[in-house]
Amino acid sequence: MNISGSSTRFSVFLFFLPQIRFILIQNRAGKTRLAKWYMQFDDDEKQKLIEEVHAVVTVRDAKHTNFVEFRNFKIIYRRYAGLYFCICVDVTDNNLAYLEGIHNFVEVLNEYFHNVCELDLVFNFYKVYTVVDEMFLAGEIRETSQTKVLKQLLMLQSLE
Amino acid sequence: AKIINHKEAEIKRINKELANIRSKFKGDKALDGYSKKKYVCKLLFIFLLGHDIDFGHMEAVNLLSSNKYTEKQIGYLFISVLVNSNSDLIRLINNAIKNDLASRNPTFMNLALHCIANVGSREMAEAFASEIPNILVAGDTMDSVKQSAALCLLRLNRTSPDLVPMGEWTARVVHLLNDQHLGVVTAATSLITTLAQKSPDDFKTSVSLAVARLSRIVTSASIDLQDYTYYFVAAPWLSVKLLRLLQCYPPPEDAALRSRLTECLETILNKAQEPPKSKKVQHSNAKNAVLFEAISLIIHHDSEPTLLVRACNQLGQFLQHRETNLRYLALESMCTLASSEFSHEAVKTHMETVISALKTERDVSVRQRAVDLLYAMCDRSNAKQIVAEMLSYLETADYSIREEIVLKVAILAEKYAVDYTWYVDTILNLIRIAGDYVSEEVWYRVIQIVINRDDVQGYAAKTVFEALQAPACHENLVKVGGYILGEFGNLIAGDSRSSPLVQFNLLHSKFHLCSVPTRALLLSAYIKFINLFPEVKATIQDVLRSDSQLRNADVELQQRAVEYLRLSSIASTDILATVLEEMPPFPERESSILAKLKKKKGPGNLPDMDDAKRNVNGSTEHSEKNEATDKGSTYPLTDLLNLNSTPSAGPSLLVDVFSDSSSPASVDVSEENFLRFVCKNNGVIYENQLLQIGLKSEYRQNLGRMYVFYGNKTSTQFLNFSSSVTSQNTLKTHILSTAVDPVIEGGAQVQQILNIECVSDFTDAPVLNIQFRYGGALQNIAVKLPVMLNKFFQPTEMTSQDFFQRWKQLGAPQQEVQKIFKAKHPMDTDVIKAKILGFGVALLDGVDPNSENFVGAGVIHTKNSQVGCLLRLEPNAQAQMYRLTLRTSRDSVSQRLCDLLSEQF
Repeated sequence: MNISGSSTRFSVFLFFLPQIRFILIQNRAGKTRLAKWYMQFDDDEKQKLIEEVHAVVTVRDAKHTNFVEFRNFKIIYRRYAGLYFCICVDVTDNNLAYLEGIHNFVEVLNEYFHNVCELDLVFNFYKVYTVVDEMFLAGEIRETSQTKVLKQLLMLQSLE
Repeated sequence: AKIINHKEAEIKRINKELANIRSKFKGDKALDGYSKKKYVCKLLFIFLLGHDIDFGHMEAVNLLSSNKYTEKQIGYLFISVLVNSNSDLIRLINNAIKNDLASRNPTFMNLALHCIANVGSREMAEAFASEIPNILVAGDTMDSVKQSAALCLLRLNRTSPDLVPMGEWTARVVHLLNDQHLGVVTAATSLITTLAQKSPDDFKTSVSLAVARLSRIVTSASIDLQDYTYYFVAAPWLSVKLLRLLQCYPPPEDAALRSRLTECLETILNKAQEPPKSKKVQHSNAKNAVLFEAISLIIHHDSEPTLLVRACNQLGQFLQHRETNLRYLALESMCTLASSEFSHEAVKTHMETVISALKTERDVSVRQRAVDLLYAMCDRSNAKQIVAEMLSYLETADYSIREEIVLKVAILAEKYAVDYTWYVDTILNLIRIAGDYVSEEVWYRVIQIVINRDDVQGYAAKTVFEALQAPACHENLVKVGGYILGEFGNLIAGDSRSSPLVQFNLLHSKFHLCSVPTRALLLSAYIKFINLFPEVKATIQDVLRSDSQLRNADVELQQRAVEYLRLSSIASTDILATVLEEMPPFPERESSILAKLKKKKGPGNLPDMDDAKRNVNGSTEHSEKNEATDKGSTYPLTDLLNLNSTPSAGPSLLVDVFSDSSSPASVDVSEENFLRFVCKNNGVIYENQLLQIGLKSEYRQNLGRMYVFYGNKTSTQFLNFSSSVTSQNTLKTHILSTAVDPVIEGGAQVQQILNIECVSDFTDAPVLNIQFRYGGALQNIAVKLPVMLNKFFQPTEMTSQDFFQRWKQLGAPQQEVQKIFKAKHPMDTDVIKAKILGFGVALLDGVDPNSENFVGAGVIHTKNSQVGCLLRLEPNAQAQMYRLTLRTSRDSVSQRLCDLLSEQF
């Protein structure tokens, strides 16, 4: 056995903070359509993150992966028409689970707004926050069933 | 201009609207709830467009006490987005939250819980941390409220762990894993995982419940879970979370539970081989999310060779998948498999595929993973091929990853060099292909190695001489060439094609193209030439005497020229020979390149070590040299490069292990994980609610290097972070440590390196003391570092005959220590073998007449001595007992090794 380790790894330890750091929805021009922060950042830092994420994500094409290393974290993103949905997570987090987490969220938005478009997100921003809180809370996945989420959203809608 | 106008128009419009809202809020007549909501919502919209809002907070707080959902919701949203630590408002907000939590209206309760979870402030934790557990476990709480309560508690636990009391509710939380509502289970699993990381013992029972739950999910028909089936995959996110929870624990000890978990993992691996139930990418992504998490768990357990090899084969298939995502993830995951003893060989079989990925992948991040994997799978058997492939990739590699590849090649070349001519060729190739990316560490190192190994010096001189013939060569090559020819040019001077004059002219032809530090180095090489080759003395003196040297505008160059010229003129041959004597060998030490690579890959919070050591030919050296010449002392000209200073000098500090008595006596030294590191070098040594400490260590002979990772688990900074190492005992371990930045950001991980030297055999391990400030409170932590005597083992292969001869020689009663003990773990042959190998000795097959027994041999390397060691382990499966016998030439060593190893089975 090779004691000194042919196997020296340079990735991080299983370091559990499986916490979504933030969720961003941006259009191609870099306008933010949703920003949900799960860690304390001050306003300047938030602005910097928004710009960096936009710069990193928009240069990638369909042949690239849906994952980008980003500072000490990674961004899992998917593009839908002109919108980029980005989730920033810990490097040890499960890439595909968050990639499909995005898609699940988008399918809920699509159903709720009947073919969602960018303007829906702009003018119904307060509803989008409600959808996010139903599905992701405290940086964790809260509910994954589309049926359950939509039922709850319709119930809330009826209270308006 | 149009854009500016547009922007101006927007600002005008907004200012008008803000004025309007302000007047409404200040107006004489009270606004009704609807209008208040409308204007608060407008303010929020304006804020989200990127404009500052400095009023409206009070109106938003008023909305919280409305009975209408929409008004309440806007109020809470405003509070969550524009958190303000204005204390008057906080009291009002908390009051409203309190009322909503007590309202028994699930919609209002959820709004309040979401607000706490989103804001997570200390004031909120103080107010609600004791109330939320009650909501979570109360029998009549609605499912959706339970979900929110679980995650709300999780948030408070992360931000203010000291305020979240553990109590009677903890046991009941674990049972939420059995809940009928999978949404509740999903939220609860996150909470339990976080709590289990902090106090694993309190949540041990979650393992069996998690395995049971997982088993039900993976064996369910895809329609059973209805709402939770996603593109024909049963509850993928919950499965991933359960698998992550299980990664907080070692493999279950209970055999039935263990086999149930193994079945689950096998089922997941089997499903990967089944034809897809849908062509949609969502289907395969969801399925593979679970698969990759299962593989992570298999690697985490690192105990089931069959599963590890199956995982490796599955990843091997993905390496050629048409989805880039899958190829990327397979490369990444395989990297960790390469570090397992059980799967290292299996990983190596994919080398050709990985090499072709390096050449064909379009996404640079995928190529980067391929480089990582090649590096991880490299060992003596494939080092030459892997290094060659990396070198050829380097010619076209992206600029962003060149430096890292250079470091990796340099490390592999050194680590696996059997033949040092290969090493020299490799490093010179590195300089040729990517000279700009070859850092000082790399070319310092090649010089250290050449100086220390006389069998390669002639070859090195010949090779650099040839390389310097190229019309355009990199300045780093000139540096290496200057240094090596200055020291060993005489070894090739016999050949007329590389006579002293030819060598000198060659070096000097590069002089005018070089930067000042390199010129300074060349001048030193010239004076060394004068000593080595009297026949070129006049030529070199002419060069030194020229105006361009003696009157050089650069003070350093001018001074060197003056001093060297003078030295060569007045000193006798003897003095010259003594002053300019060949460099003595460098003390053997761990390569500094490794640290450099580590630092590059690290979180980037480390202090910059580069500046401090960038004194190549700098002033420190300079003054020493003056002293040497002025006093005509016989002490050799100092090292041209200051290679003798520790490369990471500067911010690094030598922790004086003997005089340091500052360690606070009141802190208990944590050693709960200590024994788990006897047979392994990597893992988490310590963890509490705030901090996780991980270790990676490497040992070679009597030297070791330990990488310590400090992870801030909170989202708040640690301030005044400091660490020191104390040895409670005698002069047995020296620890050299690099400094850590005093601030560790929330969620960040920083790294520290300890160098360890074993002077003589020892029992007591060093203790790592850590101090930092978290939220105003000073934290003191002491952890026993797993540096044990067996870490300094070098395995020794020997024949049966040799073994028994030595065994007999070590037959004195005090040399043998024997222990009979009960098995604590299942008596699995593969596991036992892995542990003995992990202990550090070579396993000798066919030595013991009884094939059930294990026999091993190794040598403990300490600075003062080497202690040979033989061991024999006899398992008795019926009795579930072992007998362990150790024979070494020193009784204290036999006893210590026996104590350590007998705890492992």
